[in-house]
Amino acid sequence: MELNILTLCYLIGSVTFILGLKMLSNPATARKGNLIAAGGMVIAILGTIFLYTDDAGNKLHNYGWIFGAIAIGTVIGTLAAKKVKMTAMPEMVSMFNGMGGACAALISIVEFNHIAHNVVPGFHQTYIPDGAKGILLIIIVGLIIGSVSFAGSMIAWGKLNGKVKDFSFKGQHIFNIVLLLVILGLATYLIGWIPENSSIVFYTIFFLSLLYGVFFVFPIGGADMPVVISLLNSFTGVAAACGGFLYDNKVMLTGGILVGAAGTLLTILMCKAMNRSLANVLIGSFGAKPTGGATTVTSEGSYKEISLSDAAVVMSYAHKVMIVPGYGLAVAQAQHACHDLEKLLEAKGVEVKYAIHPVAGRMPGHMNVLLAEADVSYEKLLEMEQANEEFPSTDVVLILGANDVVNPAAKTDTSSPIYGMPILDVELAKSVIVNKRSMKPGYAGIDNDLFFRPKTSMLFGDAKKVLQDLIGEIKNL
Amino acid sequence: MGSFLNWITANQQIIYIVILMIFVGIEVIGHVPSVLHTPLMSGANAIHGVVIIGAIIVMGKAEHDNYLALILGFLAVVLGTLNVVGGFVVTDRMLEMFKKKKSPK
Repeated sequence: MELNILTLCYLIGSVTFILGLKMLSNPATARKGNLIAAGGMVIAILGTIFLYTDDAGNKLHNYGWIFGAIAIGTVIGTLAAKKVKMTAMPEMVSMFNGMGGACAALISIVEFNHIAHNVVPGFHQTYIPDGAKGILLIIIVGLIIGSVSFAGSMIAWGKLNGKVKDFSFKGQHIFNIVLLLVILGLATYLIGWIPENSSIVFYTIFFLSLLYGVFFVFPIGGADMPVVISLLNSFTGVAAACGGFLYDNKVMLTGGILVGAAGTLLTILMCKAMNRSLANVLIGSFGAKPTGGATTVTSEGSYKEISLSDAAVVMSYAHKVMIVPGYGLAVAQAQHACHDLEKLLEAKGVEVKYAIHPVAGRMPGHMNVLLAEADVSYEKLLEMEQANEEFPSTDVVLILGANDVVNPAAKTDTSSPIYGMPILDVELAKSVIVNKRSMKPGYAGIDNDLFFRPKTSMLFGDAKKVLQDLIGEIKNL
Repeated sequence: MGSFLNWITANQQIIYIVILMIFVGIEVIGHVPSVLHTPLMSGANAIHGVVIIGAIIVMGKAEHDNYLALILGFLAVVLGTLNVVGGFVVTDRMLEMFKKKKSPK
């Protein structure tokens, strides 16, 4: 009877996951969807703890340990999630994703030792049941994917908060491919032949998978980090599904595969927005090589600077100002200052709108989240197509720390790595003010011709400070 | 080959679930507006935290003298909880901001 209730719990869990994901795709229902999925998760977890029985009908024990671990995880998780700044959200997601991957890898290690210890007397010499091979396969798949996801997420996390720098060496693609082939070869060897020293092979696979995760993310530039995190997210989904296979547990299976599939689609959608193929990202080619040639070509051109007071005058007497927020705004935490500027200008009768590029910031939708935090009204945020239609009637475009998403090279320069990426056509406006910290190229490492165009003037400095000074200047007018 | 077919037969239910879930996963988020990409990714991230159930089973099955399983299982439950709780809370925080936006409208 208890088993049936557990089945019901898992059924509820699976349905809430699907429902939750569906509702998350709609702004009106998103929050409720998240809560529903969370509720389903709680039911599935409690059901497992109290109702799970193994084949022999034994219930789980070690309740003290389980609840202790859950308590620790809950406290740390809640604190971390509540404390994290809005701007640091992407790396937090990456971090939590890594935790899930590590969890899957640990399960695989324990289960491997389980079969290795209990079955080992007849494990590698005599009779190997087909079932054991199937289980071994799933354990190893879970181990590899979980470890890659964990190590990769940690590197992505480090990169996003600036602790890890881009790093690549010559022939790294080949090194990565060879590494992957070695891992797959060892896995095939372990499953197919089940050697005497199987645990050495097993831990070698574990170690190499971690290494692969590191080298997989290392050379990839920050511009691709959202794609990488999304991809690793779907990896962890698959790793979770391996656990579902292992325990014949339907809720793990549905949840894992659901995320695996949805995450893969999301990854592809992001790739499309940046005009990069998934294969290209996977091999990790977006390192120093393609950008090296392009960086030095035009960097010596002349640009003109604009003073704060001039910028203040230009903006106060404009009819329509379009703000293009980018990564620089996020780093400087300037979203509140940005909203203040908007209110001030509106009070002077200037129409202010925001042009949001789909991949501006560090994740798709990142800018929307940030500006929402600062109470910027929803209908002021224009998506790229809308914004491009409105640029011709715009007097001043204020670019705040965005670079690649307004780079005209994406339209004109076929040799540019971002060629073909849809961009915001800021040049259609009457004038463009670019706020950047320096003339250094943007995250993709490519020079931006826009800065040297006659319509463009530069306003150097940290986005937050510049905005605050600008507000001061406008008030004094 | 024979063993492979046997394996498929033995696990056909699971294989059906996998195939159907792949389509459900793609279908369900097919029309998500780009505004919601970050919360969606975060929400999906929390859902794969369901891996914690495996960790709980590992932990609950471990014998009292099997320290390897106990320690690794304990660690796995902590990490899995982090994934679940952190994931859902972060997603809620993000979406809370969208909500606030809509009410004055």
